[in-house]
Amino acid sequence: MASKQPWLNPAVALGGLAPLVQLAVQGAQGQLGANGIEFALNQTGLFALAMLLASLACTPVRLVFGWTWPARIRRTLGLLAFAYAGAHFLTYAVLDQGVDVRAMVEDVVTRPFITVGFTAFLLLVPLALTSTNRQVRRLGFPRWQRLHRLAYVAAVLGVVHFVWRVKKDVTEPALYGAVLALLLAVRVGEAVRKRRALAAQRTA
Amino acid sequence: MRDKLPPEPPGSEVTPEKLYLRRRELIKNAGLFAGTAAVVGGGLYLLGMKRTRPMDGFVPDAGAVAQPVAPAQGAFDTSEPRTSYEDITTYNNFYEFGLDKNDPARRAHTLKTRPWTVVIDGEVHKPRTVDVDQLISSFPLEERVYRMRCVEAWSMVIPWLGVPLGKLLEQVQPTSFAKYVAFTTLEDPEQMPGQKSPVLDWPYVEGLRLDEALHPLTLLATGLYGKQLPAQNGAPLRLVVPWKYGFKGIKSIVRISLTREQPRTTWNLANGREYGFYANVNPAVDHPRWSQASERRIGDSGRRPTLPFNGYAEQVADLYRGMDLKRDF
Repeated sequence: MASKQPWLNPAVALGGLAPLVQLAVQGAQGQLGANGIEFALNQTGLFALAMLLASLACTPVRLVFGWTWPARIRRTLGLLAFAYAGAHFLTYAVLDQGVDVRAMVEDVVTRPFITVGFTAFLLLVPLALTSTNRQVRRLGFPRWQRLHRLAYVAAVLGVVHFVWRVKKDVTEPALYGAVLALLLAVRVGEAVRKRRALAAQRTA
Repeated sequence: MRDKLPPEPPGSEVTPEKLYLRRRELIKNAGLFAGTAAVVGGGLYLLGMKRTRPMDGFVPDAGAVAQPVAPAQGAFDTSEPRTSYEDITTYNNFYEFGLDKNDPARRAHTLKTRPWTVVIDGEVHKPRTVDVDQLISSFPLEERVYRMRCVEAWSMVIPWLGVPLGKLLEQVQPTSFAKYVAFTTLEDPEQMPGQKSPVLDWPYVEGLRLDEALHPLTLLATGLYGKQLPAQNGAPLRLVVPWKYGFKGIKSIVRISLTREQPRTTWNLANGREYGFYANVNPAVDHPRWSQASERRIGDSGRRPTLPFNGYAEQVADLYRGMDLKRDF
């Protein structure tokens, strides 16, 4: 697996983590502008969603264009999404809320905008924990695959979280929603096609 | 002489044959590694670029002219640390110039703030159409250091310069039918490119009940930090109502109308469930999507509790006696 394009995954990881490192460094120096916490929240949230969509695009891209290399970086993209979602959550919990557990519980319970975002983050945890080859073997591929469809649920919740976050103009979140809908459509189309082919085989 | 060859490099410096044979592949891989990393990192950078980010090397409003200031009255001034001039002038909402909070500072230079005519009409005995400088010059400017609480749960402390709105209203003599004051922002998509997008119903309109408008805290501001108001902060004339959420503070005003009916205000029309006509700062009434119980003071870390009426309850709570502020939010 590592023999072909050994540079691919390290490069994606490096490029993917560079903005996070930059945020951390500039944040520590107070160089993120007037409202640095808001800026950090916006950036980490956006990058989490972008990476999640990128990881979900790997299979559709293979189905449509026949490219196989994206499948090799899917795990890295998924883990990057988790890293940004984690950074997003930690920024909220520690820097924004000052680990005020009562306020955060109230937020999560009473505000759909936060409920949805928090749920998306929680869904990513089991996916990150079962991302190793060992875990795939332990679960067995079909079960692992079923579990990892949760990534789509997390992405839907992420888009909803984004839509509810903006004050007025939903253009940008709608764009991410459209990409997600397109990816889902390709997967559903493929599933339908497979099922038909199977049925045709049986009747033949 | 000819048989004296140069000394051979030591064995440790000789590239192993295996690596030597792969040298092209290694160089290629290093290039692909760097290229891919740059594409991924650059892609994220581009995606995030639209969002509010620090303004590198921005010098806000270098040409501002100082205005004469009457000594601060002090009675309404907060002694809390003032937000920096740079933060006040580079981080704010002014949708006429875009939706990001650094858009106003980057784009408001297209606004021509002089000459500027203000119309005062409606239920008044002495309607006026007057140049803004003439309008203001008849009153002494006062400095007021007010807290500013945005509905988005961030806040600032701003030393405004201006004239109490009540003094100006006295001059035009409201009729006995006047119950409300409606304010209108300039509508000119050439000067205000944000108006080319239908994100809000232009022009921006705000309103106050007449007693709110006459309250001594209510200010028509023409400056901040002892200087003329920069365009991005609503030059040449803007409203400041410190006990209400920031969006009530309409900017670049061209018309002040006294009315019998409650004005139909922009954010209230855009989303009445989230933005009320009164929009008094109230930690007990949350925005449907986020808490209003606390706020982030720009320049501070962490949050602080939000105060009823933004800390001006002592001065203004009487205006709302007998009202259900949860219903009339």
